[in-house]
Amino acid sequence: MGSFGHYLATHFDTLKAEFWYLFVGGVANGLLYAMVAVGYTLVYGVLRLINFAHSEIFMSGGFAGYFVLRAMVGSTVPAGFMSVLIIVLGIAAAGTAGAAAATLVERVAYRPLRRRRAPQLAYLISAIGASYFLFNLAGKEFGHLSVGDPQPYINHTVFTIFGAPVLMYDLIILVVSVVMFVALDWLVGRTRLGRGIRSVAQDAETASLMGVNIDRTIAITFIVGGALGGVAGFLYGLNIGVVYNMGFVPALKAFTAAVLGGIGNLRGAVLGGLLLGIVENLCVVFVQAAYIDVVAFGILVLVLLVRPTGILGERLGRTA
Amino acid sequence: MIRSFFQRAPIRRLLVVVGVVAVVELITGPPGSNQYPTSGFTGSYSEAASFFGLFRTQRWVVFVALALIAWGIVEFWTRYGAAIRSGGSSALAGPRQVSEKRPVRVGFALALLVLGILLPHIVNNAFWQSALVTYVAIYVLLAIGLNVVVGFAGLLDLGYVAFYAIGAYTTAWVTGALPTPPPFGHALDAFWAIPFAVVFVVIAGVLLGAPTLRLRGDYLAIVTLGFGEIITIFANNLYGITGGSTGTKQIPHPVFHVGPIKYTWGLAPVPYYYLALGSVVLFLVVFSLLQRSRVGRAWTAIREDEVAAESLGINPLKFKVMAFAVGAASAGFAGVITASADNFLFPSSFTLVFSINILVLVILGGMGSISGVVVGAIIIQVVQAYLNHTPPSGYQQPDLYIYVGALLITMMIFRPAGLIPSRQRRREITLYEESHEGHPDEVLLGDDV
Repeated sequence: MGSFGHYLATHFDTLKAEFWYLFVGGVANGLLYAMVAVGYTLVYGVLRLINFAHSEIFMSGGFAGYFVLRAMVGSTVPAGFMSVLIIVLGIAAAGTAGAAAATLVERVAYRPLRRRRAPQLAYLISAIGASYFLFNLAGKEFGHLSVGDPQPYINHTVFTIFGAPVLMYDLIILVVSVVMFVALDWLVGRTRLGRGIRSVAQDAETASLMGVNIDRTIAITFIVGGALGGVAGFLYGLNIGVVYNMGFVPALKAFTAAVLGGIGNLRGAVLGGLLLGIVENLCVVFVQAAYIDVVAFGILVLVLLVRPTGILGERLGRTA
Repeated sequence: MIRSFFQRAPIRRLLVVVGVVAVVELITGPPGSNQYPTSGFTGSYSEAASFFGLFRTQRWVVFVALALIAWGIVEFWTRYGAAIRSGGSSALAGPRQVSEKRPVRVGFALALLVLGILLPHIVNNAFWQSALVTYVAIYVLLAIGLNVVVGFAGLLDLGYVAFYAIGAYTTAWVTGALPTPPPFGHALDAFWAIPFAVVFVVIAGVLLGAPTLRLRGDYLAIVTLGFGEIITIFANNLYGITGGSTGTKQIPHPVFHVGPIKYTWGLAPVPYYYLALGSVVLFLVVFSLLQRSRVGRAWTAIREDEVAAESLGINPLKFKVMAFAVGAASAGFAGVITASADNFLFPSSFTLVFSINILVLVILGGMGSISGVVVGAIIIQVVQAYLNHTPPSGYQQPDLYIYVGALLITMMIFRPAGLIPSRQRRREITLYEESHEGHPDEVLLGDDV
């Protein structure tokens, strides 16, 4: 017991010393998880189904961004206006690719089953099939080895918080994700389109009687979630690089984040993502890096057992 | 004007057919790489290729022709298909009724068993003899086990590989091939791994199942997925216990030694084939008996309507955990046989991909139909063995998974009950879908979500 106390004491000292450093990294990761988690939550809101193919939407965004960078970044690392332009183009390409992949998945793996009113197990299996198809096709076309993204900016320290450096990369994630979350909140909460999404989430039958086009609403939900997932894939790839199966682990974590915040609840997904990212990063002090994925998974099981509705609760269709 | 043209049914079907053919062309084409990411695409559409040695032309020419032919068939089928189908099924009614009589079924099973016993001597070829074990028999064993979980009890388990891994690692442990000392301090024969493996997988099944099986179907799928992933992480990183990422290469061949009978398995695959065949037959008998027992009926009841089952006094959790543990047992067996036949063991063989591959075997044949699952597993595994042994040009081993994914979607769209569905399962699905047709209150999905 004494040695365990000693273990905790030394590790808490490390935690105290490294806290802000790990916190910054955790927030950056958490925002990425949140962007993916929003996609799970949106689809879950309207269909009451987990989109197993969301990891491949993330991956397609990663690759679309990678191709933009390959085409635009020369032998020297760009700076200033050029960096901004390349990143904006990368985001646009990744968002488009994510939305396109999501539309494809909805058309092929969901809509035919919806027409037939298939049982739930059938949707899970066809979505897994779509995921499997897409990532292995990417493996065939783009190779099975990971490639690093060409860097479109100089990753210097922009400012520090309590001595912890905030890098350019962290700042980009912060700005992009906050803009997208605000836009999403406005879209779902304030526009006619968002009202349609919320009404389908609450009661699809009544919504259809009120003149909401259900097919169109579901398609748009996939597109919105897909665009965010694709952009997240691009931002993730900037740091880690891209590979055909890059989506699997981040998507599992984003799903954990969505459940943690309360699935079907957009603000919950953002909160869950942030929380998961930070907790996970702080755990680096206590467990070896290889077991970090185990931590996230443990959190998932714990949440599902103790509070399956998540922190903020499942608020399907109510104000965001 | 243009819009209305594209909305005409035949034109829309043509667009779908062209899309499908374009995808087929892509997945059968040459591979690309991250250095030349477009080469796969350009190669797939514009490269010249020889077709079955008959003629040589640009790939796209052949595929345009194929698309037109396929469109013709689709149009023909939508116009005259209903008439053909109703005529066809009445012609099939005779033999189908016969095949459902019990003596006929038993006779058929015995004939297949004899064929199974003779098979290694019929395929007198080193590759196929070893493929019978490593590609076919082991996977049949895994598929019939997963069928208990997915088919009988209706639970989607994406971490099934974990039980297989536990079986394999138990074998390595019992025979003293791991850094951990074997049980009772000295290495035992691989046969002793069987009771250990069965006990361990059943315990693992209960430990995983008891907390998670209360969850909804989709949550269960994702939790089991994570569980499978975690087993791989542990196997990869616990160097002192599992040997880490290099695994172990020293698992001895099993020796059967009871009284005067002594038999030693060696490098030859055929004796392992009989070992695996014996296990398959054992589990087939056990699972068919279970399916017809009170337990099997309870599984069906839970699968069809959990609330109704519960109100009849069935404890869903108890029977679900039981399905998990029973299904895991055959995976444990398969793990023992693989580990001792291969003599080695790497954590990289136990991945998510593996669980999905087993799921595909179950789905192709028909969830819940034992004979269907066996047939489906044999078909897919023989095709896989063939493709790996004599790959067509442009084919790489992971390409199989593209086809697997496409197959999953196609099956779910066109034939969710599988190729050889169990009568009950087929009725369930049609009843389910028909009962929902007249109810506008279920606009999106069924009501069990």
